[in-house]
Amino acid sequence: MTRYLLRRTAILIGSLFAAAVVLFVLLRLLPGDPANALLPVGATPEQIAAAQRELGTDAPLLSQFLTWLGNVFTLDLGNSLISTLPVGDEILARLPVTIPLTLAAFVLAVLIAVPVGALAAARADRWYGPVINAVAQLGIAVPAFWVGLLLITVFALQLGVLPAGGFPPDGWADPAAAIEALVLPVVTVALVMSASLIRYVRSATLDVLGADYLRTARALGATPAQAMWRHGLRNAAVPVIAVLAMELATTFLGAVVVESVFALPGLGSMLVRGISQHDYPVIQGVMLVSTATVLLVGFLGDLAQRLVDPRLLHRAAS
Amino acid sequence: MHRRALLTRILAVVSALSLAGALAACGGSEGAQGGSGDSSAAIIQVGSVYEPQNLDNTAGGGQGVTEALNGNVYEGLFRLTDTGAVEPLLAKDQKVSDDGLTYTFTLQPDVKFHSGKALTSADVKASIERVTAENSKSARKSNLAVIKSIATPDDATVAITLNSRSISFVYNLSYIWIVNASATDLTTKADGTGPYRLGDWKRGSTLSLTRFDGYWGTPAKNAGVVFHYFTDATALNNALLTNAVDIVTGEQSPDALAQFSGNSNYKVNDGKSTTKLLLAFNDKAAPFDKVAVRQAVSQAIDDKKLLTSVWGEYGTTIGSMVPPSDPWYEDLTSVNAYNVENAKKLLASAGLPNGFTFTLDTPSYDPHPTAATFIKSELAKVGITVNINTITADEWYTKVYQKRDFTATLQEHVNDRDVVWYGNPDFYWGYNNPQVTDLIDKAEQARTADEQTTLLKQANKIIAEEAASDWLYLYPQIVVASTKLTGYPVNGLNAQFFAYGIVKN
Repeated sequence: MTRYLLRRTAILIGSLFAAAVVLFVLLRLLPGDPANALLPVGATPEQIAAAQRELGTDAPLLSQFLTWLGNVFTLDLGNSLISTLPVGDEILARLPVTIPLTLAAFVLAVLIAVPVGALAAARADRWYGPVINAVAQLGIAVPAFWVGLLLITVFALQLGVLPAGGFPPDGWADPAAAIEALVLPVVTVALVMSASLIRYVRSATLDVLGADYLRTARALGATPAQAMWRHGLRNAAVPVIAVLAMELATTFLGAVVVESVFALPGLGSMLVRGISQHDYPVIQGVMLVSTATVLLVGFLGDLAQRLVDPRLLHRAAS
Repeated sequence: MHRRALLTRILAVVSALSLAGALAACGGSEGAQGGSGDSSAAIIQVGSVYEPQNLDNTAGGGQGVTEALNGNVYEGLFRLTDTGAVEPLLAKDQKVSDDGLTYTFTLQPDVKFHSGKALTSADVKASIERVTAENSKSARKSNLAVIKSIATPDDATVAITLNSRSISFVYNLSYIWIVNASATDLTTKADGTGPYRLGDWKRGSTLSLTRFDGYWGTPAKNAGVVFHYFTDATALNNALLTNAVDIVTGEQSPDALAQFSGNSNYKVNDGKSTTKLLLAFNDKAAPFDKVAVRQAVSQAIDDKKLLTSVWGEYGTTIGSMVPPSDPWYEDLTSVNAYNVENAKKLLASAGLPNGFTFTLDTPSYDPHPTAATFIKSELAKVGITVNINTITADEWYTKVYQKRDFTATLQEHVNDRDVVWYGNPDFYWGYNNPQVTDLIDKAEQARTADEQTTLLKQANKIIAEEAASDWLYLYPQIVVASTKLTGYPVNGLNAQFFAYGIVKN
C-alpha cells in the first residue's frame, strides 16, 4: 500500500506540473494582449509598451513561467493584471459559492442516480426499465445551461417561488437566503449529472445481479437481501466509485458553467471574466485550482476503490 | 419477492433522505420583500453588465467604474448632465483671462470628503495630476496635455494655465474626479465628495453605495444603491422580472424588450446614447481612398432597414459622427442617403462599373456579425463582393487599430463629442482632409462656444459629404425600470448613471 501510495502521489504531482506547463503555454498562444483590455481607445504605442512593461508581459516566456511557478509553490497566485488585487484572495472569496454548489449537486445526483439506476436494472423487463434508460440517455445529451434556463422559467419567472439568480451580497451571513439562491443551480447540475450516473449504476447492478457469486450465495442459503448486502453491493460499488470520482470532478466543472446562467459569484464567473480580459493570473489561478481539484478527487477515488476491493491492492503491490 | 423487498427498503431510505434534503433547502424560501413607507429610506437595486475592473478610473477601471462612482461617489469641478450640458459642480465660479489661457476656479465652500477631510485646492491639483501622470491609463489624458501649470494661491482657489486656447477645457474637467490627495489604495477604496460613500464591493456580485450624511449639496433622495453585476443578459433580465433589481442601466439585447414593453409593471425608456455603429473604411487604402467609392457604398446600404432589423422600433439613423446630444448636431441623414441607382453610377464614375471585392473585419460580438451579413447582401446588389472576416475584440485592437492592417471594419464608437478624431490623419481610419483638420483645430481654439459649434458643424458636413466612414446608426440607450421608480437618468452619456435622484415608491 505504501509503495502504491508513493507512486500514485508522484503521478499526481507530475500531472499537476504538466497541467501547469500546458496551461501556461496555451494561454500565451492566444492572440491579443492584456494591455489592450487596460488601455482606452486612443492609447499611443508608448502607452502600450509602458503598460506591457508594468504588467510584465514583455518579459521572456520562460522567465514569466518560472516566476509564476515559484510563486505558486509559496501559494501566491499573483495579482490580477486588471484589478491589481491578489488572485488567491478572490478565489478564496468565491469558494463559498462553488464548493457548496458542487458538493450539494453531487450528493443530490447520487441520491437520484443510485435508486433510479438500481431500479432500471432490477426492472429491465418491465416497461419503466427501458423508459428510465431512455430518459437518462436524453439527459446526457442536454446541456446544463439549458436545463438551468428551463428551471428559471418555471420556478422563478412563472411560479415565483425561488430567485432567478444572484447570491446574497453578505454571503452565508443569512444561510437561508444563501441556500435559497443555490437551490435551482444545485438541481440543474444534479439533474444533468445524475443522467450519466444512472446509466453507470444500472449497468453495474445488472452485472452483479447476473453474477455467479450471487447465485452461489443464494444456493448456500442466503436470502436475496443478505446476498446483495454481503457480496453484491461491494462488487457493484467498485466500478461505481471509479465513476463517482470522475463525476465529482465533472460536477465541479458543471457548476462552473452554470454559475454564469444564475449570476453566481463563483469560480466560473471569475474565469469567464478573466478570459474576456486576457487576465493571465486570473485564468491561470482558477484553472490551476480546478485542475488540482479534479486530479486530487481522481487520486482519492483510486484510493477508495482499493480500500473497497482488496484484490486491486494486491494487484498493485505485486 | 424478496429482492423487491430489499429494493423497496433502499428506495424508502433514499427518498426519505432526499426529502429531508429538499425540506432543508426550502426552509429559507420566505420572501424578504415587504415594508413600505418612507421612500428616502429605500435602497435602489440596480442591475448592470458593467462590473468595474477596479475602482480607479486612472488605472483602467473601465466603463463600470464610471457608471457606479462618477457623480455618485466622486465629483468633478463640473458635471456633464444627462442631457449633455456642462454645469458647475465643485467649482462655484470661474474666471477666464482675456487671452483665454488662464482659468481661475473658486471652490464650493464646506465641501467634505467621505473621510471627513475638507476639500482644498491642493486636492484639485493632485486630482488633475493623477490623470496626467506618466502611468495614468485615463482616456482623458491626451485632452489634458494642453495644461501648462496649476497654481493654488489659497485653499479655495485653483488657477490653471494652458499652453494654447482650449474651448473644451471646462467640458474635459467634468471627467476629472476630485479625490482626496492623501487617499491611498484607490483601486479598492474610495474617498470622494459625492452624495454617496462607497459601501462593500463583492467582486463578481455587488457594489453598494450608502448615502453620505455630510454631503455639501442636495442629499440623495434614497438611502443607498446596490449595483448587481451580471455576465449574462438573460440572467439580468430575469432579475428584473423577479424584482431582484429595480432598474437595468442599459438593455443590450433588443429581443428581451418585448417582455417589458408589454407589461405595465415596467417602463422602457428610449434614451439617446452616444454610441455609433460605424462601417469604417481604411481611407488610405484602395479602393476606399476614392471618395466616390465610399459614397457609393454608403448609398447602397439601407441604414434604416438595418436598424429596424437589429433594434426594432428603437434607435435612430444618423448621417454623420455627431449624435443629437452633442451641441453641434444637425440632421445629415439626407447626405449620401440610400439610393442604389446612384450608387451604381458613382461606382462607374470611379472606374469600377463591375464592382469590386473587399474584406470586412468584423468583431465577433453583437451586433457586428448581423450588420456584416446585412451589408454583404446590400452591396451584392451593386456588384460589390464582401468577404466577412470575423475577429475577436482583441484582434481588432491589434490588427485594425494598432497595425491599420485592414480595408474596412465594423466598430462601435461610444464617446460623445468624438467627431474631432476626423481631424487627426493618424487615427486608425486614416481620413486626411487638411481642411477638416484645420476646422477642428480652429474649433478648439475658438473664443466662444457658438464659434466652436459653427466650425465643427462645417467640419462635420464635409466628412459626411465625403463619406469618411459610413455611420450606420445610433444605438438606443434603453433603461428599463420598475414603474415604482422615478428620477433616474435615461441617456447615460458616456456610461454615467447618476443615482441620487431616484425615488422608489
